Amino acid sequence: MEALIALSVGLLTACGIYLLLRGRTFPVVLGITLLSYAVNLFLFVMGRLSIGVPAILEPNRADYADPLPQALVLTAIVIGFGMTAFVVVLALRARADLGNDHVDGREP
Amino acid sequence: MTELGNHVVIAPILVPLLTGTLLVLLRGSATPLRRTISMLGIQLLLAASLWLLLQVANGDLLVYQLGSWAAPYGIVLVADRLSAAMVMVTSVLALFAMMHAIQGSDRRGRQYHVLFQFLLMGLNGAFLTGDLFNLFVFFEILLIASYGMLLHGGGAARSKAGLHYVVVNLVGSSLFLFAVGTLYGVLGTLNMADLALRIAALPPEEVGLVRAAALLLFVVFALKAALVPLHLWLPGAYSAAGPASVALFAIMTKVGGYSILRVYSLIFGAEAGPLANLVEPWLLVLGLLTIVVGTIGVLASRNLALLVAYLVVISSGSILTAFGLGSQAALSAGLYYSFQSALVTAALFMLTENVARTRGAFADQLRAGPMLPAANLLGGLFLVLALAVAGVPPLSGFIGKVLIIQASFDSQAMAWIMAILLSTSLLTLMALARAGSTLFFKTDTNAGAATLPDAANLVPVAAVAGISLLYVVYASPIYSYTEAAAAQLLSPADYIEAVLDGEILINGETTPHGVPPDSGRHD
Repeated sequence: MEALIALSVGLLTACGIYLLLRGRTFPVVLGITLLSYAVNLFLFVMGRLSIGVPAILEPNRADYADPLPQALVLTAIVIGFGMTAFVVVLALRARADLGNDHVDGREP
Repeated sequence: MTELGNHVVIAPILVPLLTGTLLVLLRGSATPLRRTISMLGIQLLLAASLWLLLQVANGDLLVYQLGSWAAPYGIVLVADRLSAAMVMVTSVLALFAMMHAIQGSDRRGRQYHVLFQFLLMGLNGAFLTGDLFNLFVFFEILLIASYGMLLHGGGAARSKAGLHYVVVNLVGSSLFLFAVGTLYGVLGTLNMADLALRIAALPPEEVGLVRAAALLLFVVFALKAALVPLHLWLPGAYSAAGPASVALFAIMTKVGGYSILRVYSLIFGAEAGPLANLVEPWLLVLGLLTIVVGTIGVLASRNLALLVAYLVVISSGSILTAFGLGSQAALSAGLYYSFQSALVTAALFMLTENVARTRGAFADQLRAGPMLPAANLLGGLFLVLALAVAGVPPLSGFIGKVLIIQASFDSQAMAWIMAILLSTSLLTLMALARAGSTLFFKTDTNAGAATLPDAANLVPVAAVAGISLLYVVYASPIYSYTEAAAAQLLSPADYIEAVLDGEILINGETTPHGVPPDSGRHD
């Protein structure tokens, strides 16, 4: 399970970075999105993977699921969602203002 | 302290939040009303900041527990000398930036005042928070407000610069979350004071992971502070942004510097065992490189806005060089320099706008243009500010640079620091002299006529230039304040004790100051 999650985070990050380095705004926006998925997954599993344990402390119970990363990841998702919406609108605006969708504002 | 007095710590965050919210509700109303409310909000913020500053000036640490949840479980706001001073500088800068904006440039786009207030909220929150994840949240608040302010006024150049700025900062935010996640995964806390305690007692097998997270965090803060090689976003963004916005942006690189200082003195300070003083060697080298690269930029700039943007890069480099030295005198010198450079560069950005407006089609390009009817006034202000930023006696930049050089005397890097600071000051001065003489003396008879500058527009610029002079007159009390702030930073034990209230309650038993045996890790 741990290996699978680690592999997913790594793959998402790698794809995100590859897309971020592309020259057009659309792949860049997709790259940011993939990177934020990777971050969210990473933050989520930082509370460790546990199955079937409650998210509260009880007397005589040693194992519990850490609720804090879930709260953190919720915040990160909301912020990431807002930022993605903003960057999509900005990319469209730049496309309209500059006449092309290259990140440098002119065709190479 | 009175009941109300306890809440002064959160006032610098709440006042802009409430003012901004009110302005959202009033978005359809008349411009004068919105300007008045925005201005009143800033004046209230200024009063709150002054009150906060007076309360912490004697060395008290004010800890504000949000919702009365005790640290390390709840989020705390902490006001010490450094954060109160940063909040104060932000408020002063906000007052003059707003005075400038309400002369008309706030009407070039929608919702300027709302974004301005939320930017202030993000800045003050970042200065006051005592929690690493909360710092991330306030960074995002100030960033999204700054995205809007950068694009204020629209146009192709702003869209292009805005896209770069937004994408770079979004990547920075992702790195921030990776770092925060790693720290939480290893240490089980995000409260800065608690992090400091746990890192001091870190088992050796975890050191590598925590070091990776700490350096990742350094990359994020260096990006905000525009440290070489992560400075490339700044000149484009700051020179494209409208003057109404960019005056406040002068404090934004200082947020990066502040975060570096806070995190690496508190969490990775002298007591952090194998991770002690993690970034200081990097800071020194990169800070000096930043100064050099910034100076090359200043020399190569073809318009005044870009030149001033590179001056911001230089000042950021100087501040971080001082922080990299790490001694109390150096931190104090860095802080002294950073307060004045924020004000002076903001004033230069505002002056750029005034010059550009009078020169018509020539704008702020550094080439011979029409004869300026008020060249004495504009040129005089430019002279004062240019001398202050380049560090010529008797103005404020001079004292800042002397203090930094003085602090480097007992360091091995003294020769490098002296050589680079002095030669770049000379080169900056030459570039500024060339820019000034081109703008104010060289005239092209075919260039048409220039318009008279609006006197009301020059008031904020002149006021900041006046403050820069006062900054020299009161250099001694200001320096003793920054010295006390640096001393407070270098004894993080007081901070930790104030935040954690001396004791941590774990499983019903008190563990004074120590790391609890089962420190929240459960793998």
